[in-house]
Amino acid sequence: MAYDMKMDKQKMVVVEGSYAVAHAVKTCRPNVISAYPITPQTHIVEDLSQFMADGEIQNCEYINVESEFSALSALVGSSAVGARSYSATTSQGLELMHEVLFNVAGMRMPIVMTVANRAVSAPINIWNDQQDSISQRDTGWIQLYAENIQEISDMTAQAFKISEDKDIMMPSMTCMDGFILSHVYEPLVLLEQDITDEFLPPFRPDRILDPKNPMTFGAFADPNFYTEFRYQQEQAMQNALKKIEDVASEFYDMYGRHFGGLIDEYRTEDADIIIMAMGSIVGTIKDVIDRLREKNVKVGLLKVRAFRPFPAQAIMNVVRDAKVVVVLDKNISLGMNAGALFIETKSVLYNTDIDVPVIGYMIGHGGRDIPMSTIEKIIADAEEVMRSGIRTESQFTDLKEELI
Amino acid sequence: MKSISLLAPGHRGCAGCCDAMAAKFTLMGAGEDCIVVSPTGCLEVMTTPYPESSWDVPWIHSLFENASAVASGIEAALKALGKQGPKIIAMGGDGATMDIGLQALSGAFERGHNFTYVCIDNEAYMNTGVQRSAGTPYGASTTTSPAGKVSLGNPRLKKNMPAIMVAHGSPYVATTSLAYPKDMIAKVKKATEIEGPTYIHCHAPCTTGWGFDTSKTVEVARMAVQTGLWPLYEVEDGKVTKVRKIGNNKRPVDEYLKMQRRFKHLFTMEGGAEEIAKIQAIADKNIEEFGL
Repeated sequence: MAYDMKMDKQKMVVVEGSYAVAHAVKTCRPNVISAYPITPQTHIVEDLSQFMADGEIQNCEYINVESEFSALSALVGSSAVGARSYSATTSQGLELMHEVLFNVAGMRMPIVMTVANRAVSAPINIWNDQQDSISQRDTGWIQLYAENIQEISDMTAQAFKISEDKDIMMPSMTCMDGFILSHVYEPLVLLEQDITDEFLPPFRPDRILDPKNPMTFGAFADPNFYTEFRYQQEQAMQNALKKIEDVASEFYDMYGRHFGGLIDEYRTEDADIIIMAMGSIVGTIKDVIDRLREKNVKVGLLKVRAFRPFPAQAIMNVVRDAKVVVVLDKNISLGMNAGALFIETKSVLYNTDIDVPVIGYMIGHGGRDIPMSTIEKIIADAEEVMRSGIRTESQFTDLKEELI
Repeated sequence: MKSISLLAPGHRGCAGCCDAMAAKFTLMGAGEDCIVVSPTGCLEVMTTPYPESSWDVPWIHSLFENASAVASGIEAALKALGKQGPKIIAMGGDGATMDIGLQALSGAFERGHNFTYVCIDNEAYMNTGVQRSAGTPYGASTTTSPAGKVSLGNPRLKKNMPAIMVAHGSPYVATTSLAYPKDMIAKVKKATEIEGPTYIHCHAPCTTGWGFDTSKTVEVARMAVQTGLWPLYEVEDGKVTKVRKIGNNKRPVDEYLKMQRRFKHLFTMEGGAEEIAKIQAIADKNIEEFGL
């Protein structure tokens, strides 16, 4: 399906990415916001705090917690009594939440949290990569990655709608590259309140903590029962595959904007080389593709928007006829010498009739700049793979050999 | 009083279980219009084996160290949704309160959430097999502070948790004992009726962990109070406003220690008498400090 973007220039404003997120959260009418400051998430929570101070978010409480662990734990409580609940964090904060992340998903709480992606310590580093959210991939959170500030803004409303669906009831992380998106000023259309009220109805969960109808939340499940809870979480994730697409389409119908569902494609129709990536790097890749297309290099982009649930079928459909697939990862699974998107893409192509070489590049760790020349070099490597096969399956990019 | 039914029988607690008693007394004080948060621990495990539950009030368990944060979120959400009314009670063991959950508890009290925290202090990690906690008293033998050839048990004093909560500016902090249920019920009721974060610290003898007959929970609890080792008092806005006097009922600490297997080594090992004297000094200090 083709989406004709109807961006209304009259409505466009230039704001910081963090403000766009805070505004989107406000427009989604949250009841409880609970967060702990950490760079580069801070501008989001500062803007939300200012909205609170100015009385611009009705029926909402902001909890200034003493840690990220408590930030998310407080939302377990608020969600359990039926409050639409939001947080934002990054890096060390997200890692500190690790135990709570599993708990939130297991208790089927549709909390939405923005992650301003940042590298993890050690060495301590405040700049962007995606190791933080990737390392939480098995916690049961839906993970969506945004390309620009318009997308992260729009994704916020979509995430609440996906998570709160009765067939899903799973939490969502909306991921934006730290600094690159959180601190950039770009033109966008802020979420409109009237459309959002129609798009996202109030949160009305079937089961809440209420003295009039006492229920027990968080009971322990012995080996007779535990497996079925895990199975149902996976079923919810599978349901989310369709829901993410549906919500993106519904969003397009109402707002006129569409940045992809599970994935998005750019100039892939006849592409021999498919580059796969997540987040803001997608913008750079599109520019490189435009440049190379003028030189008749048949290269296209597969933007992965949903990392969890993993869009296996959507990826297979796009890469089926390609001659080589190149996966860029702003993360590494240490001991595999490969990034997560590369590993998982390879795994979903196995046991299928698709026979395409896949190569991986770990790139942009700790905020290392990714110039267009680097992407061009990677595509040149891919052309070499088409001619003579894979020499190096997965590798670091732009390593400074002199520092090692 | 509908109180008995709020924690239904049939749970998996041991005979003479202190947690069951403490939870029952807490609910008798709070009434049915409440929401209870429990951290991981014996109380959680024994009352909620899926698909069963003993709780006739809304109840939630999330993790070991976050009950106070969960309670904060509930309180904030009820406020945001205009559903104020239900009392919010977090009820956890000494490990969940004094050790792993202390940061979340401190944060919730500093922020001034309107809820009551009840610490059921049985002085060790009972759910995992009697390991030492910050609540374990001086000289007690636990599985991680065992008496041995060169050890006379736990070498540290109990953490003074009520004082820590007073220091947070809590409007109401009280100590209770399972031997004095009316006192405990009244204190819980008072705590839940006072606006702001309030704290109840309940001394709760554990038949399994402390090593006494299952019929003796109340007797052991009473002896702790009568020796002065567990003073019963209330602190309102930082001032001690009420103390339960021992008067002529005062007993020496060895009578309390003798009742329990965890202190047995103090009566059989060389150096034990000196340790008992130190424990008597702790009791004497309490008696003097609170005018027991």
